Amino acid sequence: MTVETGVVTTVVPQDTELIQLLTPEGERTGHPDYPLDDVDLKGLYRDMVLVRRIDTEAISLQRQGELGIWASLLGQEAAQIGSGRALSPKDMAFPTYREHGVAWCRGVDPVKLLELYRGVSHGGWNPEEHKFQLYTIVIGAQTLHATGYAMGIQRDGADDEAVIVYFGDGATSQGDVNEAFIWASVFNAPVVFFCQNNQWAISEPLERQSRIPLYQRARGFGFPGVRVDGNDVLACYAVTRKALRAAREGQGPTLIEAFTYRMGAHTTTDDPTRYRLASELETWKLRDPIERVKSYLIRSGQAEPSFFDEIDAEAKRVGGRVREACRTMPDPAPMALFDHVYAGQNRILAGERQRYAEYLDSFGEGAGR
Amino acid sequence: MPRMGETVDSGTVNEWFKQVGDQVAEGEPLLEIGTDKVDTEVPAPASGTLAEIRVQEGETVPVATVLAVIKLQNGGVVSVITYREAAARGIAQEMRRDPDVIFLGEDIAAAGGVFKATVGLLEEFGPRRVIDTPISEQAILGAATGAAMTGLRPIAEIMFSDFFAVCWDLVANEMAKIRYMSDGQLTLPLVIRCANGAGVRFGAQHSQSVENWAMAVPGLKVVAPSNPRDVIGLLAAAVRDPDPVIFFEHKALYATKGEVPDSGEVTGELGRASVLRSGGDATILALAAMVPRAQAAAQRLSADHGIEATVIDVRSLVPLDTRTILGSVAETGRLFTVEENPRLCGWGAEIVSIVAEEAFGALSGPAIRITTPHIPLPAADRLEDHLLPSVDRITETVRKALD
Repeated sequence: MTVETGVVTTVVPQDTELIQLLTPEGERTGHPDYPLDDVDLKGLYRDMVLVRRIDTEAISLQRQGELGIWASLLGQEAAQIGSGRALSPKDMAFPTYREHGVAWCRGVDPVKLLELYRGVSHGGWNPEEHKFQLYTIVIGAQTLHATGYAMGIQRDGADDEAVIVYFGDGATSQGDVNEAFIWASVFNAPVVFFCQNNQWAISEPLERQSRIPLYQRARGFGFPGVRVDGNDVLACYAVTRKALRAAREGQGPTLIEAFTYRMGAHTTTDDPTRYRLASELETWKLRDPIERVKSYLIRSGQAEPSFFDEIDAEAKRVGGRVREACRTMPDPAPMALFDHVYAGQNRILAGERQRYAEYLDSFGEGAGR
Repeated sequence: MPRMGETVDSGTVNEWFKQVGDQVAEGEPLLEIGTDKVDTEVPAPASGTLAEIRVQEGETVPVATVLAVIKLQNGGVVSVITYREAAARGIAQEMRRDPDVIFLGEDIAAAGGVFKATVGLLEEFGPRRVIDTPISEQAILGAATGAAMTGLRPIAEIMFSDFFAVCWDLVANEMAKIRYMSDGQLTLPLVIRCANGAGVRFGAQHSQSVENWAMAVPGLKVVAPSNPRDVIGLLAAAVRDPDPVIFFEHKALYATKGEVPDSGEVTGELGRASVLRSGGDATILALAAMVPRAQAAAQRLSADHGIEATVIDVRSLVPLDTRTILGSVAETGRLFTVEENPRLCGWGAEIVSIVAEEAFGALSGPAIRITTPHIPLPAADRLEDHLLPSVDRITETVRKALD
């Protein structure tokens, strides 16, 4: 492929291998390195349908003014559910702000995600309880937290837990991510770098981030890299499971590039029609992560039509619950502003807090608070 | 009973913070004394055991009355060590006390630190706890953040404080806000040590005083010790604190010496200024390398001009000991700050603002800031010397202002 990158014309090497276990047409294929015989495909299907419904619901809520912003996962359900379900209960996940599917796998109530995007909470779930850290807004910073966390559990001698960190193709251009690669490599940290290459960093195409396929970067840092069909939930599950196992066994980091596509906008404030062709989206719709599973389940006789009807009905219920919960979320109390800046108070902060309380009380005792 | 002001001849013990038999550390608040002018906390003059309280709460006694007896540790044996030795000793003290304390940074282990301030730590604690890292400042702080999430208490070193510019995202956007943004669920008990300040001819990119960068970020605590005892005591306090603390060592002080108790734990407290000298004519605030200069200037003002100044080592910028500062200004009526940072938005500007707001009536003249000009620092000896507040400049500025 020839790509124009400003002043130079470069030849980008084509990928040599894309791990795929279920084709876009719904054909089951095998791979010698990734045997799979124990996977609950109907469960994975259910997960994907439900998180897509939650996502759709959230976009609507934003359009109706109920959410400040939303970052859609549309098109990335397989990458997130496949990898999320590959985690063992003790593994710790470090997400970006788009990992709604992984959050679902870790048992985080989707309503909690909406609290964040409505602005009534900074991040309301317990990261330790769910083994799912809080959303990281700053691009790439979480790769360093994850590496440090992995070094911490490595130090504890744990052999039954590993760390997975999510980031996107755009983040690979950040210094943080490259420093995380170096550290994970030289310290042999038990961390899996899960890059969802959705082809677009807001309006910047992948060609603006890299001259080589992203998974090949791992070799330069000294650890294995693998590219997986990010729209194939089975392949994402199998590849992630293997990488996590290697990490737990002391074999160090792996970079997984989940080759996928951001079918929606970067966030609800973005309009992708300004910078990409509609035909590209049409091409990727043919590779939809959910449709191929449905085709396979029907064709292989694993699911009756009633199964899909039940899932659709459940999705409708979940969507309704999320919508209702979003609309009735209480606003935080103004005095909460001053909580958790430090573990304790200091004199200056206490003074500001008191003056603010007095200001609120000037509207009537306790009225403003 | 210390003399709390020129015209104060007696004082009342408001409250004892310690009981007989308690261990007290030098600099730690021992009691509060009230006079007709102000209430002030009085620090312990030495470390040891509080053996006897001779003046009870509520009693009023003349200046120079013995209030209490402190039995010195180990018979009061102290040794004189350098500021750089104190850094290593402070880290070692905390690492011995708590196995969760780890130390990471560039050239800190095998090399013993580029300022030789961490010599011996690798030998004592081994490479599992004293970790030489790749040259990646973002990763040093990002990994320290992640490690703290696992329950460790990392001490991370950023070699020169100037290098905060390449990893500030991790400081200002991540560690400072993680407690707040997790609704208090996550706590990051970590310390970042760095070499701050000028005086050793390292030029514009390796000599800056950047404590005000950190001071401007809610969620961070900020300290800058001026002497070996405080290096150990404040480092201990920083390591034991539940919040991220930016610990500014001063590179021009590494070779300076001071007394430190020979054995036993040395501890301190964040948010506590240190009154080094008492006088009724002026209050001079200083930080880190400016502290000895302010003291020398105060001695000269006394000897040559009959001006008696109180000198306060601010030590902790966040939290800030506003009580001690306001109390002193209430007595002297004149405030001077001695700051190494470039003039705009230096720490002194914040203190002057607080004093103007809360003690305006006590001021008998303008508050005056003695700083470096708002320009980058040169490497040339005489240019750098010319820019930094000197004993001469401090003395002259105070003298003229009080003329």
